[in-house]
Amino acid sequence: MEIMLAALVGILVAAGAYLMMSGKLLPYLFGLVLLSNAANLVLFASGRLTYAEPPLVPVGEYAPVGEVSNALPQALILTAIVIGFGLLSFALSLVFRAYFELKTTRMDEMREAEPLPKVEKAKARPVAGPEGSV
Amino acid sequence: MLLVWPIAIPLFTAILCLLAFRSFEAQRVLNLAGSLALLAASVVLVARVLDEGPIAAQMGSWPAPFGITLVADILSAAMVLITGIIAVACAIYGLAEVSRTDERSGHHALTQALLGGVCGAFVTGDIFNMYVWFEVMLIASFGLLVVSGGKAALDGAVKYVGLNLIATLAFLAGVGLLYGASGTLNMADLHLTLQGRHDETAVYAAAALLMFAFGTKAAMFPAFFWLPAAYHTPSVTTSALFSALLTKVGVYALIRVFTLVFDTTEPAIQNTLLYGAALTMVVGVLGAAAQMHVRRILSFHIISQIGYMILGLAIYTPLGLVGAIFYLFHHIIVKANLFLIAGVIRKSTGSEDLYVIGGLWKRKPWLGVLFLIPALSLAGIPPLSGFWAKLLIIIASLEEERYFIAFVAVAVGLLTVFSMIKIWMEAFWKAHPAGDDAAATPAPALLYIPIISLAAMTVFIGLYAAPFVDAALESADQVLNPQAYIAAVTAASEAAAEALDLGPQEAIPTLVEPIEAPTVPEEQLNGLEAEGEAE
Repeated sequence: MEIMLAALVGILVAAGAYLMMSGKLLPYLFGLVLLSNAANLVLFASGRLTYAEPPLVPVGEYAPVGEVSNALPQALILTAIVIGFGLLSFALSLVFRAYFELKTTRMDEMREAEPLPKVEKAKARPVAGPEGSV
Repeated sequence: MLLVWPIAIPLFTAILCLLAFRSFEAQRVLNLAGSLALLAASVVLVARVLDEGPIAAQMGSWPAPFGITLVADILSAAMVLITGIIAVACAIYGLAEVSRTDERSGHHALTQALLGGVCGAFVTGDIFNMYVWFEVMLIASFGLLVVSGGKAALDGAVKYVGLNLIATLAFLAGVGLLYGASGTLNMADLHLTLQGRHDETAVYAAAALLMFAFGTKAAMFPAFFWLPAAYHTPSVTTSALFSALLTKVGVYALIRVFTLVFDTTEPAIQNTLLYGAALTMVVGVLGAAAQMHVRRILSFHIISQIGYMILGLAIYTPLGLVGAIFYLFHHIIVKANLFLIAGVIRKSTGSEDLYVIGGLWKRKPWLGVLFLIPALSLAGIPPLSGFWAKLLIIIASLEEERYFIAFVAVAVGLLTVFSMIKIWMEAFWKAHPAGDDAAATPAPALLYIPIISLAAMTVFIGLYAAPFVDAALESADQVLNPQAYIAAVTAASEAAAEALDLGPQEAIPTLVEPIEAPTVPEEQLNGLEAEGEAE
């Protein structure tokens, strides 16, 4: 089971990396989603895969009785999923906004912050920053 | 309780700023007041840590390794102090610099949230908790970067967000592998658990993932591309805050984790850090030489300076770490100051493009002096603070007979002088292309207060370096021999366990015993009772 999970993580990372190298923003985001799921699976597997009971405390007890699964990685994954969801939704809205402002999602064409050097020296370049761009 | 304040004050201030979203004045006052309160709390924390050694506390009174530990040794406390100083400087500067657009989109609340995340990362003793604070810091910095909504800011933010999210995921996977190998997330506990297991594959893999993650946050070669794409796009106040704090959190995490958790004397780890640091220095300084925009030059210099700090860690001798810690402290003050001065240059001449500005020396000679102090300090000219920082690191690498690395460090220092002189010649010395009067736009006096204060600190640290080096020595000793750190965590954990015992512990034995008593033979039962008494 661990081997299958490890292979799955590998496939997810490979697919994610492939998507990220497409040079476009939307596939890049999908690649990030795959990578984030791969990282969550690593966390999941780190708690060991067992056929134990869920870590529930029976009525009248103060600790779980018998063999129970490790609850900590599940808590960590839950935290990571929530944080990852927030970050990815922010990234998606950022890409959406960037598409409207820059009229492109191709990374090679996004040179607003780092313009290519101009040959003509004396010519004023647009000032990058809040005043020049509001 | 002392350890909670550096996190609680900024986060509470952020909430107050959000509640006062209708009034810009109230938000500004809150931002400044919150930053001053943070500074006060950090001064108390530093005094306490210098006096008593590392202090620790368990959150929610859960004993370690289950509960989250907050712990501060001199390094953590000093980083919190410098965060407070920079927060106050940027809050004052921001009063006159941050635009209405930024304020409307929540500049002040995001700044305070960022400070909360940064301080949290500095004082936490739990590696997953550190991940969470990194996220707090990251999401706040995403927000700060795009509040102006300009095209360049959005473009920079896309690159910043995209590359930092990869580092975040590597961090998460590294933490997962570390937990799988050791069964704990508390860094003091990890130190004990991983003793003698540093050549295991899982530990190596975790070390590689965490090095990549922190290296990316610290803008280490080859994962630095997000920094020069983004740092010159937001308001100057935000740039200065980012330049001072964000990459340094990465360096702090590298120092903390690669002394406490992993064994940096492993050749694979040490060589990666060492040559990574050398390449970071060289690439950063060459990148700066190619730029003609003030804040972009300074952004590339952050990268090159990060190389020095990581070099100090990679040499892994007491002197090397003293250099790294001293460098960290000096660099934050100097770099933030240079960004703040870039803002005044921009206000005075209307641009940061070195091709189209000039004439500042004629119209504003005092600004020239104020620029030269941090600029020469950055380049390592005596007697300013940067000289001592570079000297310590170069001596440390010579002592380890790493002559090539020492040569690189000296050469990069010379190239830094070149970049600083370039800004000086183009912005100050040469005549303004549109006549010298174009360089005379008055800048608000408020902008000069933080600049003068930070420049004074640079001169003070340079002329009166001994106490700071002594503190760095003690701090490096604590970092390399973490017994005091671990003892503090253990003591806090035991205190928490005792406090916890007051409630349910009375009930647990009486509940367990009736179930086990009928089946357990009498001798074993006696043994159990004896164990229970021993506990």
